[in-house]
Parts: sequence; C-alpha cells; structure tokens
Amino acid sequence: MTGDHQTPALLLFSGFVAVTLAITTWVSRRRHGSAEEFYAGGRLFSPMENGFAIAGDYMSAASFLGISGLIALYGYDGLLYGVGFLVAWLVVLFLVAELVRNCGRFTLADVVAARMSERPVRIAAGTSSVTVSVLYLVAQMVGAGSLVALLLGRTSGAAQAWTVIGVGALMVIYVSLGGMRATTWIQIVKAVLLLSGTVVLTVLVLLRFHGDVDRLLLTAAERSGHGRAFLAPGLKYGGDWNARLDFISLGLALVLGTAGLPHILARFYTVPTARAARRSAVWSIGLIGSFYLMTIVLGFGAAAVVGPGAVRGSNAAGNTAVPLLALDLGGGAGSTGGTVLFAVVAAVAFATILAVVAGITLASSASVAHDLYASLRRRRGKHRSEVAVARCAAVGIGVVAIGLGLLARDLNVAFLVGLAFAVAASANLPVLLYSLFWRGFTTRGAVWAVYGGLLPAIGLVLLSPVVSGSPESLFPGVDFQYFPLENPGIVSIPLGFLAGWLGTVTSDEVPDEAKYAETEVRSLTGAGAV
Amino acid sequence: MQSSNGRHRGVGDGPERSAGNQEDDGASSRDVAPEDPWYDTSASGWGELDGAGMPAPAVPPARAEPGAAAARARDVYVEVQRSEAFQEVRGRYRRFVVPGVTAFLVWYVAYVVAATTAPGLMARPVVGAVNVAMLAGLGQFLTTFLFTWAYARHARLRRDRAALELRWDTQELARGAQGGAS
Repeated sequence: MTGDHQTPALLLFSGFVAVTLAITTWVSRRRHGSAEEFYAGGRLFSPMENGFAIAGDYMSAASFLGISGLIALYGYDGLLYGVGFLVAWLVVLFLVAELVRNCGRFTLADVVAARMSERPVRIAAGTSSVTVSVLYLVAQMVGAGSLVALLLGRTSGAAQAWTVIGVGALMVIYVSLGGMRATTWIQIVKAVLLLSGTVVLTVLVLLRFHGDVDRLLLTAAERSGHGRAFLAPGLKYGGDWNARLDFISLGLALVLGTAGLPHILARFYTVPTARAARRSAVWSIGLIGSFYLMTIVLGFGAAAVVGPGAVRGSNAAGNTAVPLLALDLGGGAGSTGGTVLFAVVAAVAFATILAVVAGITLASSASVAHDLYASLRRRRGKHRSEVAVARCAAVGIGVVAIGLGLLARDLNVAFLVGLAFAVAASANLPVLLYSLFWRGFTTRGAVWAVYGGLLPAIGLVLLSPVVSGSPESLFPGVDFQYFPLENPGIVSIPLGFLAGWLGTVTSDEVPDEAKYAETEVRSLTGAGAV
Repeated sequence: MQSSNGRHRGVGDGPERSAGNQEDDGASSRDVAPEDPWYDTSASGWGELDGAGMPAPAVPPARAEPGAAAARARDVYVEVQRSEAFQEVRGRYRRFVVPGVTAFLVWYVAYVVAATTAPGLMARPVVGAVNVAMLAGLGQFLTTFLFTWAYARHARLRRDRAALELRWDTQELARGAQGGAS
C-alpha cells in the first residue's frame, strides 16, 4: 500500500462518518426516550429495511476481507468456512425469528424469563449475552485497528491505537444518541454500500475472465502453486486430526451460534409482527447468500489476478486480498481507476466495521440495562431510567471495548469471532430452544443451561493452544494447554444442552403449565405480542 | 418507512399501536400503553416481572389489579393451547420444522465432515474445474435458498391465516377475562 491511495480513502472514510453522524442527529432530534424507541426503533421498520439491516449487522469485515482472503490463500477451505455463516440462517428462520419476535420485548432473556422465576434467569442470560457481545466486539475493534492501519499504509502502533479509539467513540455516539433507529439506518447504508461494492468488483472479475468461471478457477489454481488441490478442501483445515476436528467444531459453532447472537435477536424486535420478522429473515438470507457467493468469486479472483504470493506478501492472513484485487481491476497501482476502487473498498470495509460494532454495542447495552441492571437494582422503577442506564451502559461498553482493543492490539484475535459464536451456541441457544419448545423446562434448568454452556466454553479456550503452549498463543511463555482444539464448540454446545436437561430433571420445581401454555400460544400466534 | 409499513397493518394490531406510538410524538409509551389491552396481559406476569427498573409502562394499572383477573387471563392461554385450532397450527409448524431442521443440519454436518475427513472424495473432478467439493459447496447455497423459500411458502399458506385468527380469538378471550380492567 503506497501513499497515493490514502487521500481518496480518507476522504471517503470522512464522508461515511459525516453521513452516519448526520443520520444519528436526524434520528435523535425528536427522540422521546422510551425503551421501545431506544432498543427497538419503535418497531416500525419494514421487512426489507430490516432485512438489509440484518445483513449489515451480520456481514462483518471478517467476512468481506477475511473469507475472500482465506480463499485467495487456501482456495476451497475459505469457501468451506463461508458456508457455515449462511446455513446458520436457516436455524434462525425456522426456529427463532418468528417465535422470539412474538414472545420477547427487547432481549433474549425476555423470552426465557417469561416462563421462569425471573431474577436468576435474567442475570444468567444477561451475563452470557454480554460475554458474547464483548468477545465479538473486541475482535471487531482489533480488526478495525489493524485493517485501517493496513489500508492506509500506516502500520505504526499510534495509528492503530487511534483507529481503535475513534471507532469506539463513534459507536458510542451512534448508540447512545441514536439508539436502535440510528443503528439500523447506519446498518442499512452500510449493507447497500457493501453489496454495491461487492457487485462491482464481482462483475469486474467476471469481465476479466469473459464470464468464464471455469477459466477463473483454473487460473486461480494454477497461480496458487497448488494446482487442482487449490479447488478441493484440505489446504488449511486438512492438517492433523486436531485441525480437522477443530474445523468441525468451528462449523458447528457457526451454524448454531448465529441464532444465539444477541445483536441478531435484537434486530427481530424492530419489526411490527412475526410475519414481518420472517420476511426480514428471508430478505437477509437472500442478501447474505448472494454476498457470500460473490465473496467466493472475489477470493478466487484475487488468487487468479493478484496471486497468493502478492497477497501473502501484503498481509499474512490474506486480509488485503480484496483491496489488492480492486487496485488491479481498476488499472493497477498509480492509475486513477485503481486508486478510486481501492479507496472504495477501504471505505466500505471501514463502514462495515462501524455498523457491526454499533449493532453489538446496542445489543449489549440492552442486556446490561434491561436484564442485569433491572434484576440487580430493584428500587428505581422509573420508566425513563432504564433508557438512561442503557445509554450509560453503551458508554461503559465502549470504554471497555476500547481498553481491551488497545490491550489486545498486537495479538492474533481471529479466534475471538469463532469463540463468540461458540459461546452463543453453547449458552444462549440451548436455553432459548428449551424455553420455546420444552414443556417441562424449569428455572434451574434455564440457569444451568446458560452457565453449563458458558463456563465450559470459556474454560476450554483458556486451556486451549490459543492461550498458552504454542508460539502463536497469547502467552507463549507458559504452558497450561490441556484441550487440543481452538474452538470449544464441539464439547461446550452438547454440554449446554446437557446441563439444561440435567438441571431440569433434578429440580423440585413443578413446571408452570399455564406459563408454558402462554409461551407456546404466544410464540405461534402472536397473541399479546408487543 | 411509514408508508412501507402500511402493508402489514392487516396482520395484527401491532402496527397500529406502534404507529400510534410513533405519531403520538412526545408522549411516552406510558401514556399509550394502558389503552392497549395486551399490555395488561403482559403486566400480569409476562415479560416484566418485578416492575422495577423495567420499562413497565403499564405498572400502575397492573398493580391495582387483583390477582383473580390475572389468573383468569392465564387460563385463557391454557384453554387456547388445548383447542383444536391451536393444536392444528402447532402440528403444522412442527411437522414442517422438525424434518426441515433435521434435514439441513444433517446435510451441513455431512458436508463439513466429508470436507475435513474425505478430501480425496471431495477432490474428484466432475466437469472442467468443477469437482465434487465445489458442487457440494454450491449445493449448500442452493439448498439454503430452497429451504428458505419452502419455509416462507409453508408459513404463508398453511399457518398465517390460522395463527391470525387464533391471535384474535385469544385476545378476545383475554379481554373478557380481564373484565374490562383496562
């Protein structure tokens, strides 16, 4: 990355920031501070708007740059990774979207607490939601720092640190001033930008190969130096059995975790009905699916046009594959077209990060204010106070995320995204599904399901090679590695389900038939939905 | 946003109420909620259990209300749950979702396991640059789209109308059980 690409990229960055701040101001100009407004944007978004916003919330820079980079370097294994992100949406559509919209108000805990003794359940579900959000947030912040530094060619520590601080400050402003309405519009704008950018690049790649996908794949395979093996699985995840099992574990976490991500669940509360929630999920599946399909073309395109050698030379993880591809497609370094396309890609990646972190911050501030604060501090019953707490929580979470982002700046935190999905799948999904579908589920079962997934997931990661025992781990100097896999999902997800079952069958509590009837009737008919 | 929302008004009472909330700018939802009969149902134990620190717009009326009405409202849901119409809706949902979820999870896990443990099989060429792995991967995309389409169609044709009727019936019953408390 040389200096002449930076000015247009910086201009576009500033443009996007200005637009998003204008949206925030516009939206907050007549806010009246109700919880409905802050957490759910008044529940007035249309399915199409919400579908775009979900796509904007979900498609992170890790997908845009990370997956295409993986494909550029390892070929088919990058595609394998991307598939899980899409198939996960079937779980959301079939089991979660409509029912959660019908039963809950703002958070995951609403759905569970409706049937149970409220306090312990809310504290448990709130804790796991905040944990998932913070893990995801730190991954995004660190990613933002290194990405922007990389795209702007400023690899100094100060540039990274200021990027992390800037992203954190912006997300706090969006969320605490604009709430869900501003966050949603930012995500819609970002989704449109990201999809348009991807479409343009995909079309350019296909034009370069005269629409001949076969030739694109063969050229990519040839240039990769791996030949036909580039088009088959095994280059990245096909090592020893640990590596293979690790990928299966990651795949399970991806597919089951999406339905437990708090910021995704929160999006379904922004539409008026369950039917609208279903239609927004259908929209988002269409958008996300097309996006990942185009990502595959971009990845193989980067391998064919730029070549894995040049990609690896710029960034070992492959994160610059798409920017480099854009530079090449636009006419090469130094040309106007190349500079413009490069700037567009850099700005889109930046917009992507901002929209995703805003969504996560909002969801975690809802968990803090609506679940944890409301359960732990019982005296203040005033209506306005919860939104005020949520705004403060957004600031607090922003500070924590900036702090952790700065601390973890030089660490390889790519595993954090997989971990966030694994925790969501182990701690949030079991309790959610049991609450919706199991007549005999009890309070103890709910609490055990959450902690029985959360604690093993975190514990196993602490004992895994990402923390200690290998040269790439966070603490290379010490060795307390007892669990061989980087992703705990394959163990912790079954444990979460098992703990929920065990807690239920061992508890003396008689399940409340009437409450279950209420959950079931409400979830499937929408009676009494807010 | 407002205009596009109009499409969904027929679905239930949610949009109207939200729209009222929206247009009634400046009024907090505290003022709006008591007009909404469903809020009393929720105040009787749904969603806002401690009434403290929660948004709890309907807390004052709920607190004033005797437990008997709340108990009757609870019975309404049991009654609806046991009704044939509801059993039918639930049956239709489950008969579609259980096989559906099983099918796509098995297909996905089989795909991931095959890709990691049997790369030789997956690398077998089919035509041109396309091999089994490529077909399976694109097949995942295709089946995801197909499952989505099938689910949306099934829900639209087989569940929506019945669920909407049940929703109204339930709310009518609940209104009766509340005994005009709102």
